Amino acid sequence: MTAQSKKESLIKIKNMSLVYGKKDKKIPALEDINLEINRGEFICVLGPSGCGKSTLLRAIAGYLKPTLGKCLMQGNEIDGPDWHRGVIFQSPTLYPWMTVKENVEFGPKMRGLPKDKIKEIRKYFLDEVKLSGFGDKYTFELSGGMKQRVALARVLANYPQVVLMDEPFGALDALTRDDMQNLIRDIWEENNTTIFFITHDVDEALSLATRVIVLSKRPGKIIKKFKVNFTNKIFESGTKDVIYQDDYFEVKNEILDIINSQIEK
Amino acid sequence: MALKNNEEPKKEKKKNSTKWADKLVNRNDDKDKKSKTEKVLTIATWSSIFILWFVITKLGIFTPTLLPGPIRVWKATLHILENGYNNVPIWVHLGASLKRLFVALFFAIFTAVPLGLLSGYFKKVEAVIDSVIEFYRPLPPLAYYTLLVLWFGIDDLSKQVLLFLAAFAPIYIACVSSVRQLNQDFVLSAESLGATQKNIFFKIVLPASMPEIFTGIRTAFGVAYTTLVSAEMVAATSGIGWMVLDASNFLKSEVIFVGIIIMGITGVIIDAGLRFLEKNIIFWKGHV
Repeated sequence: MTAQSKKESLIKIKNMSLVYGKKDKKIPALEDINLEINRGEFICVLGPSGCGKSTLLRAIAGYLKPTLGKCLMQGNEIDGPDWHRGVIFQSPTLYPWMTVKENVEFGPKMRGLPKDKIKEIRKYFLDEVKLSGFGDKYTFELSGGMKQRVALARVLANYPQVVLMDEPFGALDALTRDDMQNLIRDIWEENNTTIFFITHDVDEALSLATRVIVLSKRPGKIIKKFKVNFTNKIFESGTKDVIYQDDYFEVKNEILDIINSQIEK
Repeated sequence: MALKNNEEPKKEKKKNSTKWADKLVNRNDDKDKKSKTEKVLTIATWSSIFILWFVITKLGIFTPTLLPGPIRVWKATLHILENGYNNVPIWVHLGASLKRLFVALFFAIFTAVPLGLLSGYFKKVEAVIDSVIEFYRPLPPLAYYTLLVLWFGIDDLSKQVLLFLAAFAPIYIACVSSVRQLNQDFVLSAESLGATQKNIFFKIVLPASMPEIFTGIRTAFGVAYTTLVSAEMVAATSGIGWMVLDASNFLKSEVIFVGIIIMGITGVIIDAGLRFLEKNIIFWKGHV
């Protein structure tokens, strides 16, 4: 909240379009995207399936190059992936040949941090995702929710400027998802992280985001941006009561109307 | 990486069975274990074969030269174990065969793995190597064995080259396909975590490919083993294959039987050993 008032711009997307394929078979995925991500924001992206949400995330991550326009990070054009932008995939890409510990330590190790520092970071973030006792387990011994928490700790261990999450809780059951939403909200509030979060669940977006962005059907364009504050209210009150209030329903209905209008056409 | 982790899973397993067996996916896969009935069926099959063999020979339908009885074969086994064959101990024959096999496998692994991974990575490398391998792979080894004998001599070297060629293709093909089937998100997530290309290769691509590479090695062993016996039957003065051929020249049927039984058992033991190694070194198989 305090960070938002400073409004330090981290990522700036200017008139970005992205087209898949070459000359004959062009598939436009994104069209004229303009978006700024500020430090401390929790941005959720909603949109009908196949609208290019993941493409947008992959462009920010540096996996894809914009066909037109620019994708800047702190003024520099994004040129390939790097550790300042951590990525969490829908199915956790934990390395099964490494223990939970080794997975979390992977980023800091790759960056050549000193050993005791790596250990300290690993302890802190395993604690943060509530997996302190699981360091020596292999990742395939964990449940889906635990895996995603390890993936989260692994990304956070690099202290990235922004965490990009591609429907991270989409494959989890409802109870675990609820749990994970609370966890990610707590981590975001405590560590002043910046999060860019893709989801197809309107309730998930509204209960987490400080800004919700709604994309059109393909090629994805930004239809509307909503500034919301339910996540801070939930964090402060410790309950999800706000989601039963009128202003919540108003926003939710508006978003659902937009998405439905996109599907029907 | 793989070797370093080798000791850890053993420790893990003990902990698993007590604490985590109920809650978490257990690494000791129950699917691998045969059930009691299956074991009984296997034993029953072999007992029937044995009894049938015994009854047929007892009835005297065939002469002992055509089909030696179990007792004759057992006596021949004891005789060979004690005195060797042609005054050469059986261990020397077996050792000669296994040495050829493992020298060839060793060189095949150390050339096919890097070349296969490179081919998987770079289309241009594949364009150079792949067609050559696709050409020679389906050829029956004995078709070009004569040439190898002419070029490398009648001793061990020509056999080792033959076995090397036989073992190379399956390992190479497994490596190419392992890189092709690599989960790209593994690589992308490593890049986003700050890994260099070199680190990605050694810490991500190589361990992720290991399960398939090992399957390739097991296939290569099988192909090389059958090739070995054929090679020794064409030109050799030692080896278990040669023993069988020599015995057939003198119609010593019981020795042929002993040879075949030894070959079969040795093959099963080596494959079991490879599977044991696979299970312990590449414990993440099936989880990539």
